[in-house]
Parts: sequence; structure tokens; C-alpha cells
Amino acid sequence: MNIFKISSKNLIRNKLTTVLNIILVAFGVGILSILFLASTQINNKLEKNAKDIDLVVGAKGSPLQLILSSVYHIDYPTGNIPAKDAYKLMHNPMVKRAVPLALGDNYNGYRIVGTDSTFSNLYGLSIQKGSFWHKDLEVTLGSTVAITSGLKIGDSFFGAHGLTGNGDVHKQHAYQVKGILKPQGNITDNLILTNIGSVYKMHEEKHAEGHSHSAAKEAKEINDKQITALLIQYKSPMSVILFPRMVNQSTNMQAASPAMESARLFSLIGVGIDTLQWFAIFIMGIAALSIFISLYNAMKERKYDLAIMRCLGASKSKLFFLVMFEGVLVTFIGACLGLLIGHAALELIGSYQESSQAKLTGLTAVPQEIYLILIGLVIGTLASLIPAMQIYKVDIAQTLSKDR
Amino acid sequence: MIEVNALAHVYDKGRRLKFPCWEIADMEQWLLLGASGSGKSTLLNIISGLLKPSQGGVLINGTDLYTLPAREQDRFRGRHIGIVFQRPHLIRSLNVLDNLELAAVMAGLPIDHERNLSLLTDLGIAELAENYPDELSQGQLQRVSVARALVNRPDLLIADEPTSSLDDENASQVIQMLTAQAKDNGAALIIATHDGRVKNHITKTYLL
Repeated sequence: MNIFKISSKNLIRNKLTTVLNIILVAFGVGILSILFLASTQINNKLEKNAKDIDLVVGAKGSPLQLILSSVYHIDYPTGNIPAKDAYKLMHNPMVKRAVPLALGDNYNGYRIVGTDSTFSNLYGLSIQKGSFWHKDLEVTLGSTVAITSGLKIGDSFFGAHGLTGNGDVHKQHAYQVKGILKPQGNITDNLILTNIGSVYKMHEEKHAEGHSHSAAKEAKEINDKQITALLIQYKSPMSVILFPRMVNQSTNMQAASPAMESARLFSLIGVGIDTLQWFAIFIMGIAALSIFISLYNAMKERKYDLAIMRCLGASKSKLFFLVMFEGVLVTFIGACLGLLIGHAALELIGSYQESSQAKLTGLTAVPQEIYLILIGLVIGTLASLIPAMQIYKVDIAQTLSKDR
Repeated sequence: MIEVNALAHVYDKGRRLKFPCWEIADMEQWLLLGASGSGKSTLLNIISGLLKPSQGGVLINGTDLYTLPAREQDRFRGRHIGIVFQRPHLIRSLNVLDNLELAAVMAGLPIDHERNLSLLTDLGIAELAENYPDELSQGQLQRVSVARALVNRPDLLIADEPTSSLDDENASQVIQMLTAQAKDNGAALIIATHDGRVKNHITKTYLL
């Protein structure tokens, strides 16, 4: 028999009210925790994948689309750029490292990326099994690709044209798996890497079908080769202003900064997140009001109980604590339940998500969630304060001489 | 044991009640008689430390109740005075045994499980220990409230109109129970009533 037992017995006696209050708090906290987790995870993914990329150069179009397609591998590319122009930029003195990308094919929805060894330096890739690609038509698989596709070293497969779907398969050449990457925790886990030559080979052959090319014409075509985009790392931060302007004004290509574009993307999603956040705060407010009203109303009946306890020798402060404890207990249980709901819901959302690039999980926690529990406790305290204050106003003698 | 000296209380509305001096020795049993509105409840509330009188004081075992700080007053009441109300006033969310334990907890005393059970046995309601107040009859509730008043071995047992809603047979039973329990537990007893039936059981009277 202690205050905890008295409170919980009283809460159990008023089951429906207690359950309603717990649910209200739980929903408010649940929504907030989903928002916290999802925005942290999305932010982390965006940052991790764009970590060392200062600028992306690609065909003119939407800069956001360019970033999404060549850094996050979500959207379709804006088009192609002449390899010749790209190579010129790669040798610009302001550029520390430039990674060419040739996109266009996929295998079971995983993108096949034609690139060179600078790509593995940029992302700090290392091999788990086998080796990196060396020759045309050799590939190295990202760890997730290897697990879900079941491909092993030495296996071969056909790529399909386009970035999704298996419609138009390139049957002329098969890729051969040379190695599998260690899990990196970023986008490279979901990519199939090969050299640019392989991508050219795939597409050349297709155009060449049924035509006869002279050797001279072929040589010219190689000079007219195109790539999709160029990931660029600057030598010094000074170039942030000069280099993009130079690309945008003096070439037929566009330059887009991942940092700026993802900030823009976030500000677009941000409206939705803000709305949900206010919604959650609104629910929490209702929860506080509901706890307040139910405690306040219950005080009418509990006045007798509290008066009796005073007669039995309980001090005012003890009873004040008793009423406060009830309100705080409800919000604490609600907040913990809310966190559970939030994590479970996010895990569920994650399991229904198709794009593996931006998969959400409920199995990780962020430190801010502690604040959610604290917020719950503060709300419980605030809501119980006024009802609990009434302890100090109750006239015991008068209360007990009246009938119930 | 208890001394009431030159006590008077003035209510906010201007009604003034004066109480004659009263001395109660250990284990004495008294009737507090008076018509309704004569100030019986006021006097009981003052003696039990629930209502601070405008004038005079109450000495219990040489302690002036109203010179103690509020917290000490509560504690003193919990440990030395047991009160049986007109209505049983049990906590509905707790069962009978928990209601008895609550008395000890609220007074800051250790729970004496054996004593609680023997009290219930003495009052003939041992089999109701696990029941909730809503499941008990009025008479049973009255017995539980007597048991609760005795849990902390008080020096003084106060009963306020314990028989007002009972028939002759039950009224006489309750009075017998109160006098017997007060004696067995070594407590003085004050029964406040306007009920003539009680007079046959107790001789000492204090008239208002």
C-alpha cells in the first residue's frame, strides 16, 4: 500500500477515462516520434549520400531532378552531356576529383552505373568478396543487390534498358559479376557498378543492329560519346561561387549543388512535416485538456476520499502529490506507448516502401525521443496542477458531513 | 487526557458557539448530546484537529493541538484519534483490507497485517477482507469504518451520529460494538448524538 498503489487502483476504477487519456497522449507522442524518426533518417540518408559531392554537372533541366537522379538514384536523368565537354571540365584546375556517371540500364530495379575507379574513391568503397570491375562487362555489386538478387561471383546476367522494369532486355551482352562490395550504409549498397565502356557497348550494339558502319564513322561516334552526369569535388571551397557560374554560363550543361537542392527539397517536404507537427501538438493539447477535465471532474467525487485521507492523518502535500502523480502516471504511460506506436508504425511503413534507396526503419532511436517523454511528463504536471491545488481548498469537516 | 478550555468558535456568518469546559480521562466513555445545530459537529471537528477554534484550545495528553504545525496536526490526528463518521466514507477503489492499511500508511505508521485481520474478526467481518465497499451492506460498511478508526490504536475514538440512520436493533448493536471496541483497544470514546436510544448504554454526558 503506497501512493503508487492508491493512484493505480483509482485509475483502474476509472478505466474508460484513463484509457482515453492514455490514447490521446500516445497518439500525440506517436505522431511526433514518427516525424522525428523519419525526418532524421531522411536527413541522414540525404547527407550521407551527398557527403563528399560538392557539385553535379549534367544536362540542362531541373537541378533537383539532376541531383535526385545522379546522387540519390531516385529520379530519371535530365538527359546526357557530351563526354568531350565533361572531360574538359574534369581537367579544370578547380576540380579535385570528378566522377563520370553513365546511367541508363537496370537489373531488377537496381541501377547499373557506368563509372571509373574515382567513384570508389569518392564513396570510400571496399570489396567484401572478389574484386572491382576491370574490363568491359565486368560488374561489382552493392551489398544489398547481392543479397536480394542472389547473384554470386562468376554469375552473369542481362541488364534491361531504362531505370526500372525488365521490359527491354539487352540480350547481346551479359554482365559478369566480379565482386561484391562491403555494406556502406549509403546508396552504393543498391547499385551495380561497371565501367563506362560497358554501358556504351550495350547501347552501341543496339543502334548498330541492321546498319553497317565504316570504321571511320565508328571512331567519330566514340568521340561523340555521351555520359549522364559528372560528380565533382572542389579543390578549395572558393570554387563554390565561381565554378557553377562558369558551367552554367559558358557551357551547354548545368551545375547543381546537392546541398542546396536537398535543402530545397526539404523545404518542400517541410510544409507537410510542419503541418503534421502542429497536428501532433494539437492532439497533445487535447490530451492535456482531457486529463485536466477528467481529473477536475473526478475531484468532485474524490473530495470525500481526499478528506478521509486527511482525517486519517495524510498531510496536504502528500495528497497534492497523490493527485499530481495520477496525472503524470497517465501521461508517462501514454508517452511510452506513443513511442512504441511511433516505432512500430514507421517499421510498418518501411516494410511497405518499394524504393530501397529511402527505406525507413522503426528499429533505431534518436536521442530527441527522451524529450518526448519529458514533454509528456510536463503536460501531465500542468494538467494535474489545478485539480491538485484544490486539495488546499477542501474543507474536510464540511465535506464529510455532507452526503455523497 | 483531553481538556477543553474556554473554547469558542465564530463562523464567518457571525454565528458564535461557546463550549463549556470538558475533561475526559483515559478510557472514559462519553455521550455528547445536543439538538441539531447546537454545535456537536463543530466541537468534534475542533477536538479532532480539523477545525481551528477562534478562542481557547484543546489539550490532548498535554499537547495543545493547534500550536502544532499543520503537518504535525495531521500526523497527530492520524496516530491518536480514530473517527467514525455518520456515513462510512470508505475509499471505493480499494478493498476492505486496503482501506484499513490506508489508515496506517496515511498516518505514517507501519502496516500491521495481523492486527487488521484480528480487528475484522472481532467485528465479525473477516470474510469480507477482499471485498470492495460497493459490495457491502450499510451495516457492514459501518463496521469497516469502526475497524479503520481503530487500526492505529488511537487514544480517542470519536463517533459522529453513528446510529442516526439505523433501526433500534442495529443502533443498539453499533453502540455495543463501539463501547466494547473502545474498551478492548484502550481508547476513550466520545459519541455525539441526538438519539435518545444511546443514553441507556453510556452514563457520562456532556450537554450542549
